[in-house]
Amino acid sequence: MRKNKIVIPLLAVLLGFISGAVVMLLTGHNPIEAYAALFKGAGFGGGIKRFGDTLLSMTTLILTGLSIAFAFRTGLFNIGITGQMLMGGFAAVFLGVKLSLPQYIHVPVVIVGAVAAGSIWAIVPGILKARFRIHEVVTGIMMNYVAMWSVYYFVPTFIRGAYDTESKAIGATASLRVEWLSKIFKGSNVNLGLFLAIAAIILVWWILEKTTFGYELKSVGFNINASKYAGMKVNRNMILSMMISGALAGLAGVTFYNGYANNIKIGVLPAQGFDGIAVALLGLNNPFGVGMSAFLFGLMNAGRLFMQSSTEVPNELVPIIIAIIIFFAATSLMLQTWLQKIEKLFKRNEGEK
Amino acid sequence: MWEIVTNIIPLAMAYTAPLLIIALGGLYSERSGVINIGLEGLMGIGAFTSAILIKNSPPTVMNIFIGIAAGALAGGIFSLLHAFASVTMRADQVISGTAINILSAALTVYLARSINGSANIQILSGFIRRDIPVLSKIPIIGPLFFSQVYITTILVLAILLFSWFVLYKRPFGLRLRACGENPQAADSLGINVQRTRYIGVFISGILGGLGGAIVITTYAGEFSQNIYNGLGFLALAALIFGKWNPWGILGASVFFGFAKTVADMSKLFESLRNLPNIYFNSFPYVVTLIALVLFSKNAAGPRAAGEPYDPGKR
Repeated sequence: MRKNKIVIPLLAVLLGFISGAVVMLLTGHNPIEAYAALFKGAGFGGGIKRFGDTLLSMTTLILTGLSIAFAFRTGLFNIGITGQMLMGGFAAVFLGVKLSLPQYIHVPVVIVGAVAAGSIWAIVPGILKARFRIHEVVTGIMMNYVAMWSVYYFVPTFIRGAYDTESKAIGATASLRVEWLSKIFKGSNVNLGLFLAIAAIILVWWILEKTTFGYELKSVGFNINASKYAGMKVNRNMILSMMISGALAGLAGVTFYNGYANNIKIGVLPAQGFDGIAVALLGLNNPFGVGMSAFLFGLMNAGRLFMQSSTEVPNELVPIIIAIIIFFAATSLMLQTWLQKIEKLFKRNEGEK
Repeated sequence: MWEIVTNIIPLAMAYTAPLLIIALGGLYSERSGVINIGLEGLMGIGAFTSAILIKNSPPTVMNIFIGIAAGALAGGIFSLLHAFASVTMRADQVISGTAINILSAALTVYLARSINGSANIQILSGFIRRDIPVLSKIPIIGPLFFSQVYITTILVLAILLFSWFVLYKRPFGLRLRACGENPQAADSLGINVQRTRYIGVFISGILGGLGGAIVITTYAGEFSQNIYNGLGFLALAALIFGKWNPWGILGASVFFGFAKTVADMSKLFESLRNLPNIYFNSFPYVVTLIALVLFSKNAAGPRAAGEPYDPGKR
């Protein structure tokens, strides 16, 4: 059983890529060429800048994946991550545009602002779940759209850029990009967020596995009644779990809007939020697993435009593969049955010998 | 003010029709016990299918009808993926719904680029608004509700009436709702829970796809990435705010459709121009959150929605 745990995500990835190949064959494209271009565009086969872009995409996905995984481990499904990430990003861009400080103060300020905005946005589903037992998925979805329309109004009103649809660019001091990193990666926007993401992996692992606090959060997720009986503050723990998940989402927002980009656009919810569900699922909700699956999805996102321009395969192939991977990972029951059948088949053959 | 009202109501009605039909789709699925947050994706599949068919066929009214029927069917077929994952494989219904949304948004744009060469599919022929004979002559109500109406709005209202009848007056509806309330009890009375849930999800796919097709053939006129702008999630809000019942959903959809139209149109009217659009745009979601708190004492939703049915569990 333990072995299957790791086999299933790998199988899901394999089936995702096979399904992607089938889609390409049906639409008259050459899958081998396309996948080669995808990996080449992600920096495998030369091009340190392209590899930097993979790390850049990975940075945000690690944080959204951790946010979802942390919530899952504590029994919550934080689908409101998209809105929390957007609000975190808005706070970061707002502080980046409005303040002018030296970089060593400005960067921490925008990070704190983003984390605060993300966790505040997550308080609402947290409280409604703790106090009224309303499912966090429903409230999360509503909060996503409240966030989208808030940004839709706030950006042109307070930090309008050249058009109504986007904000001003942040000041260079508020950006997570640093010269020495860009130099190593030959102009890629890979930034300090990468180190934040790696630190977050270790921190989340430490909280969940090594602290009493983390044990309590997991316990509440596992069995509310038993936790209450053991004297844990169930409602408080639920709200705290949600806030930590929201803080990670806010952090993802600052790495995306103040690192990957340098302004914020209105009318869209960031796709990385939903991709975080795939990252967490594939990483088995383990912080280090999240790191690995974020790397995979990061390279797919980094290479998709290169693939489109060099092979004419539409770049939407990548989210198609991601969705199929989610689908197979979610129906692990099916994969398990398949594996068992295959195992039986092998055993029968051995028996004949 | 009267002029604004008479201008906005027909537009709001046009926006309400697809919202209502998608929310009704959600009703079938959730009443059978399967949460369906994939409504947005199912809507997109319907929009894409009808757009590509109508674009590539001669512009006759018959072909437009064939186009929306195909959109509905495509939504139904696509929803079987969700049914398979959440009913047969007992997967997490929210995860499966998310996969449906991502897959639909990516697959339709991918196919549009592959088949059409561009992600935008513009249709040249859609439905035309008409005055309904006799009824549009009634003073006050006539010009508000019965003039400049799309035929699809009538279709949607007919489906609403039919849904209420089927869900609340026919044995099928009773069985479907039983599977959403207490599947174990339903099973013990000989109802095939899995099959009923498949039917519930399939109908939600058909109605979701129909909603998308209506968007294309009425006010949008074009398929593009922008079709995924949250209409499916707004429908989910209408379903919840309408307390999971057809007439509640009608009220909620009209309410939300009106708010959305005011938000979009506020720039055009002198007296509304200075109102921040954030109020109208986020209104549906905020009132749904408030409603959830008010409903929370006596849970309004289907009790077993979201739980995979495991016959071995008692």
